[in-house]
Amino acid sequence: MEVFVQQLINGLTLGSIYGLIAIGYTMVFGILNMVNFAHSGVFMVSAFIALNALLLITTWFGVSSMVMALMIIMVISMVLSAVLNWTIERVAYRPLRKSFRLAPLISSIGMSIFLTNFVQVTQGQRNKSIPPLFHKQIILMDNGNYTVAVSYEQITIWVVTILLLGAFWFLVTKTSLGRAQRACEQDQKMASLVGVNVDRTISITFVIAAALAAVAGSMYLMYYGVVSFSDGFVPGIKAFTAAVLGGIGSLPGAVIGGLIIGLIETMWSAYFSIDYKDVAVFGVLAIVLIFLPQGILGRPDVEKV
Amino acid sequence: MPAEAPDRAPPSLVGRALKEALVTGFLAFALFLPLVGFVSVQSMTNTLLLEARWESLFSVVALIAIARFLYVLAGPWLERRRARAKPSAPASNLRKVFSKFFTPFALGFAVVYPIFVLAFTGINPGALKWIDNFGIQILIYVMLGWGLNIVVGLAGLLDLGYVAFYAVGAYSYALLSKEFGMSFWMLLPLSGILASFWGVLLGFPVLRLRGDYLAIVTLAFGEIIRLVLINWVSLTNGYAGISGIPRPTFFGIPFNASDEGFAAIFGLEFSPLYRTIFLYYLILALALFTAFITIRLRRMPVGRAWEALREDEIACRSLGINTTNTKLTAFAMGAMLAGFAGSFFSARQGFISPESFTFIESATILSIVVLGGMGSQIGVAIAAILLVGGTEIMRELDFLKQIFGNDFEPIRYRMLLFGAAMVLIMIWKPRGLISTREPSIFLEERKAIPADLLKEGRG
Repeated sequence: MEVFVQQLINGLTLGSIYGLIAIGYTMVFGILNMVNFAHSGVFMVSAFIALNALLLITTWFGVSSMVMALMIIMVISMVLSAVLNWTIERVAYRPLRKSFRLAPLISSIGMSIFLTNFVQVTQGQRNKSIPPLFHKQIILMDNGNYTVAVSYEQITIWVVTILLLGAFWFLVTKTSLGRAQRACEQDQKMASLVGVNVDRTISITFVIAAALAAVAGSMYLMYYGVVSFSDGFVPGIKAFTAAVLGGIGSLPGAVIGGLIIGLIETMWSAYFSIDYKDVAVFGVLAIVLIFLPQGILGRPDVEKV
Repeated sequence: MPAEAPDRAPPSLVGRALKEALVTGFLAFALFLPLVGFVSVQSMTNTLLLEARWESLFSVVALIAIARFLYVLAGPWLERRRARAKPSAPASNLRKVFSKFFTPFALGFAVVYPIFVLAFTGINPGALKWIDNFGIQILIYVMLGWGLNIVVGLAGLLDLGYVAFYAVGAYSYALLSKEFGMSFWMLLPLSGILASFWGVLLGFPVLRLRGDYLAIVTLAFGEIIRLVLINWVSLTNGYAGISGIPRPTFFGIPFNASDEGFAAIFGLEFSPLYRTIFLYYLILALALFTAFITIRLRRMPVGRAWEALREDEIACRSLGINTTNTKLTAFAMGAMLAGFAGSFFSARQGFISPESFTFIESATILSIVVLGGMGSQIGVAIAAILLVGGTEIMRELDFLKQIFGNDFEPIRYRMLLFGAAMVLIMIWKPRGLISTREPSIFLEERKAIPADLLKEGRG
């Protein structure tokens, strides 16, 4: 029981991070119909931006309040990652928008290789580790030999995720920007005919996706305390799995998918084998796609001639 | 802005270029500030410290701004050139001659390449590098590209886990030859069969999926196979990999310094070169075999069915083609060829580990196929030479150290440039280097189909 509760807590934390990345995949897929492989790279770059920003404000400017530091690095990472993703869209995807289906996919794979190696070249190959930001945790249960605890980092991740998802939900459902975005998802040509600036909407989609990934990246750094240039790929694939599981194109689906993937991963590690946790996640992806290709909340794909 | 006219006249070219360069410079500054401008380094006490690298940052930003400036300045000239190039659409005579003689010439060159290298370097280990790193390495990717071309280029199935079958072939050879002492020539077909068996096994449940979903599931399967190879330590020795894999023999004659060895029997002085040359011709033969069966298959009913499937799945189904079986044959055929290449790879290396079968490998092979122009064999070969040869040549650029100082290691920038090249080639030629397609069935006259008509299914 205690193990289960602890894994539930860990799984929800991990799932929040996956969910935030998954939104980026699902939004871009919804609007451009492409798998944005570079998104995992953006996530990893954002973690590095957060790392350098953290070092900058703690060691150079001497900010000692960790809450303050965390907020600042998140904002810095969000802004710079958004600029990065905007540029990526502009440079690597926009020229290929009218081109054939595989072109943007290959371009995004190239971009992802570029980002990974860019970080490797500029920041070095080694793992970068930071000391934990908060040393505190809340003990929920204690039966003598197993304690169930929630760390402050985990609480921060939940709070930030919930706040961000609230803001994001408001943005997509209540504002004109969100309306334009949903219109472009349904039919770009029609949207442009009724006066939606499609290029701008797509750019903003990439900006939002990057901002959410940047929050995920900063929290990943904070939660694990370590980041390396190769850290983007696996969380990226898992987040994509989450997006597919929840139904690609569906925003709540991405979050639910993320939580499910996070839970599967932690539960599998606890009860079966930690070595095969990634196999379990990918196996779930394959099973879901085979039996439920539209995902949990996705619309079924209608075949048209 | 020095050249800006006061009364709202259109700004001069130089002014516009300056403005754009400034904007680009700002953007580049924001992009490169966090990761080029700063680097975290480990201190003596194992904590991270931040160091600033203003010089690198400003040189990168200045370089980008200047490039942008020059690009805008060259804009009208480029436009004029493009306008001039447009009307001369029909292929010139030179081009026709070129395309006619290119294939035989390239084949001939591939055949004499080792002799060519030996003539330059003489029989010494220096030649090894050129035959092994360039010749064999490139040919492996040519073969993998042609194999994947059947799946992606002909059948139109996007496979992002192709390296899994390559791994199956490599591990089949390594394990069976080490455990049971079976010879290379027995195991070569066997690993192909095992890989294609896996192709059918993995393909069967997923081939109902289409497009990107298929890509993701194949990616997941590729990762699963790699993770199993890492974690099933008792069989595969995990990360450490398998070493001491028996090398192939010249039809039973080993390449070693003993009296029974190749050199002794043929009365030559022993040199590791002979094995390398043998391996070169072996992979050349395997690659040509791949090309040959692809060409033949395209003319067979199953090949026609693949191409029809690529163009329109629904039409195929309404014509009574069993789409699942057709896809499965393509998948199995591609997997088999990857299995051949895999067993060759492990025989050549003598050592394999899961490191050689990562997603990057699949992505490389896929990009070779797409950059080459899907379905074009020559295009795939050219793309393989460009991408693989290009990254290999980065290892040879040590003279750059004299320009940029001793800290500059070109090898580190290999994959960085590789990724950038993928993006740039895609933007430059979205349909690949050779985007015309040779029709397999035609009325009266065979003519190549230009890229812009491919979408209408005239391939």
